[in-house]
Amino acid sequence: MSRELAGSLDACAGRHQARPRGPFFGTGRGVASVLALMLVLPAVSARADELIVYSERNESLIKPLFDAYTKETGVDIRFITDQAGPLLERLKAEGESTPADLLITVDAGNLWLAAQEGVLAPVESETLTANIPAHLRDPGNRWFGLSVRARTIVYSTERVSPGDLTTYEDLAAPKWKHRLCLRTSKKVYNQSLVAMMLERLGPEETARVVRGWVNNLATEPFANDTKLMEAIAAGQCDVGIVNTYYFGRLQREKPNVKLALFWPNQDSNGVHVNISGAGVTRYAKHRAEAVKLLEWLSAGEAQGAFADMNLEYPANPQVQPDPAVAAWGSFKPDTINVTVAGSRQAEAVMLMDRAGYR
Amino acid sequence: MTGGDLAHAQTAYVRPAPERGGGRRLIYPGALVLAALVIAPLLLIIASWLDPQTEVWRHLTETVLGRLVLNTLTLAVGVSSGVLVIGVGLAWLVSMCEFPGRRFFEWALMLPLAIPAYVSAFVMLGLFDFSGPVQTLLREFFGPHGYWFPEVRSGGGVIAVMVLALYPYVYMLARAAFLTQGRTTMEAARVLGLGPWGGFLRAVLPMARPAIVVGVSLALMEALADFGAVAVFNYDTFTTAIYKSWFGLFSLQAASQLSTLLLLFVALVLLGERRLRGRAHYHAALPNTRAQRYVLTGGRRWLAAGFSGVIFAIAFVIPMMQLLTWTWGVIGTELSARYLGLLLHTLALGGVAAVITVAGALLLAYISRFHRDRLSRPLVSMATLGYALPGTVLAVGIMLTFTGVDRLLSTLWQAMGGATPLRVFSGTVVVLLLAYLVRFLAVAFGPIESGFARIRPSLSEAARGLGATPPELMRRVYLPLLRPGLLTAALLVVVEVMKEMPATLLLRPFGWDTLAVRIFEMTSEGEWERAALPAITLVLAGLLPVIFLVRRSAGAVFSSATGESD
Repeated sequence: MSRELAGSLDACAGRHQARPRGPFFGTGRGVASVLALMLVLPAVSARADELIVYSERNESLIKPLFDAYTKETGVDIRFITDQAGPLLERLKAEGESTPADLLITVDAGNLWLAAQEGVLAPVESETLTANIPAHLRDPGNRWFGLSVRARTIVYSTERVSPGDLTTYEDLAAPKWKHRLCLRTSKKVYNQSLVAMMLERLGPEETARVVRGWVNNLATEPFANDTKLMEAIAAGQCDVGIVNTYYFGRLQREKPNVKLALFWPNQDSNGVHVNISGAGVTRYAKHRAEAVKLLEWLSAGEAQGAFADMNLEYPANPQVQPDPAVAAWGSFKPDTINVTVAGSRQAEAVMLMDRAGYR
Repeated sequence: MTGGDLAHAQTAYVRPAPERGGGRRLIYPGALVLAALVIAPLLLIIASWLDPQTEVWRHLTETVLGRLVLNTLTLAVGVSSGVLVIGVGLAWLVSMCEFPGRRFFEWALMLPLAIPAYVSAFVMLGLFDFSGPVQTLLREFFGPHGYWFPEVRSGGGVIAVMVLALYPYVYMLARAAFLTQGRTTMEAARVLGLGPWGGFLRAVLPMARPAIVVGVSLALMEALADFGAVAVFNYDTFTTAIYKSWFGLFSLQAASQLSTLLLLFVALVLLGERRLRGRAHYHAALPNTRAQRYVLTGGRRWLAAGFSGVIFAIAFVIPMMQLLTWTWGVIGTELSARYLGLLLHTLALGGVAAVITVAGALLLAYISRFHRDRLSRPLVSMATLGYALPGTVLAVGIMLTFTGVDRLLSTLWQAMGGATPLRVFSGTVVVLLLAYLVRFLAVAFGPIESGFARIRPSLSEAARGLGATPPELMRRVYLPLLRPGLLTAALLVVVEVMKEMPATLLLRPFGWDTLAVRIFEMTSEGEWERAALPAITLVLAGLLPVIFLVRRSAGAVFSSATGESD
């Protein structure tokens, strides 16, 4: 037995000698030099004429603006994108040594939390307070809305007449049984909607509305607004709640889609809006420059482009929305401060869980 | 004679004698340091229990937790048994049988590995949901209520998508096991009077068990940690509760606590399997392919080809066609010179991370084979559990670890008279590579460990009898025999790193965007069609290592098995 083993062993070893390096091990040296190259690459160090941004708003919506700003002012902007949760943890962990000057998120709740956690610094700027309405910025001036996202009702033009629609709350009425489609309650947009409702109606009435919605669902909640609208178009349900820019995108792709937007709650509080916005970090190394960028984004062409690139509404009321967006008509927005989206978010999540809204 | 007896008959042996000597002084402490590095983020996450989150816990247990646990168990059982049946079945067919197209399927069946699960989830949902083309067509023919279709956004739908995305783990590991041991074992079984099925079930399968278990546990861990695919289906699992606690209820602490329960679950499952396996050890007979493949005949050969073809089509061809269609629509506006940079970053990170991670895993596997003791055993076991954690939670744990190390070094530096705060790790590519090491160590460790397990100790005894020194032993006996396992490990890590999203997003240096980052950018606002271009580039880039390494590994196995030079 052992003789056989030794024989095979020799065969193995012999083969190995004939080919001393496997393909995998042969690349070791090449890989080592790549690694060495990576190591000597300079670590991030902030230069004087640059800004560093942590952004939840994705690259295609911010980079064109940053490039324009660089062209105009000569200030370089470097950024990373990620979800707000991890970015906030990173800011907290880095503390004083953070390279970040500006934090951009796509939801007021996230900005509210960042301010709560103390990673943002107040900015006293007359330009910003003049350009951004009070309900779209932090009362403590630690963050400012830069674009408005309206979450409204979408309906099938084949099966629903706009006269049947009135309010978000009305979608809980029995006449919508098996006709309503909703996106998941795990999406922050719906959490904000319910948080604002809590502020306005109180916990009992809000719970009644949410339970009514759940009872009226035609199918399980969807993972995103686009799928929801496609379901309405395909006849799975008749009415739903979506952010307008998703509708704009769908319309651009399928101009004849038999859906339309409805502005609810016009006789009461108005359409639910959230923001995408930004705040200067507490330990910003380029504070003055960061404030300048914020001011630049809050007015003029930059403000228009910030909203238009994603078919959102400008936060600055003096700036007109994109023509495609303006074509949906004007509406009265809810003017409760968007801070509520953050401060009552956890409460809203718990309420939706209890109501069985998945 | 039972299968277990048969396996024992072939493999009766004594526990490998510790091979001490050269290297121990360096290797052993090195392995402990590595294990500690990998465990540190896990410990940070476990430390979240120091800050009890009673309110969040009360809410979760009162409302959603029961259903989530049930859903998660359904997913775990469904995915595990699905990948087991499909992975082992396909591996058996391509490695032991002969049927039309076998040579093609042998490597093609690994390709689905390159498609991220969340991408195939989105594609499948797009095709088969109510508003998708399939049901729209059915409605046109049979009217709105004239047909029956299973609910796609359901447990069954998620399980199907995950099985198709994750079976390659089991397939690859089982195939490697069958190739190195299967045919000789089958020959022995045949001599002992067992038919093909008997030989498979009672001899080959028990011997391949460690490898198959590794494959299934990788698939299980990935399914448990997955957020992308379940989110697309809005199927609530334990991971959902984790992210709900963090992003919805603003409690990262509660999210971390929930994550540790996933770790515990996986640890218990693995421990249970090990208990069930008992004291049996499985070593390969020496490779010998004199034994022939089963040449399937008649209907069975077409059945085998059909089964392989259907799996390949659903898991790979259909998602690819859909991605290509979408890409066609956006390529004019989306494709730019930047893609070259994205591609290079992706490949470089994948390649370098694979080398580091495989080296680390080899070190740990070496230690757990030769220096098993009270200290190293639990460390190694724990170091390979991190894969069960949801990526974003682990990424934050890793980030906190390294900012902590930086702070410590900075304090030391300033105490020694240094002027400015020191930032050694934060924001460098080193952190990102170490993050991949932490996250994917389990992926590399599994194939290497099961490769070690198949090498019988008598080999090294014989080599030492012939005067081989330990380094020679490693170089001339172990490494050549481990090569298929090492290649599998490297391939898995390359592909996993290329797909990896949460750690890359959080820890990448400025400008180090990868294809996965680009996919995130697009999908975060629901623009799946625009994500098709980076997704398909990612899949194509993933094919390079798959094809290259698969060919190599197949060649290595065959040549060492037949004694031909390669």
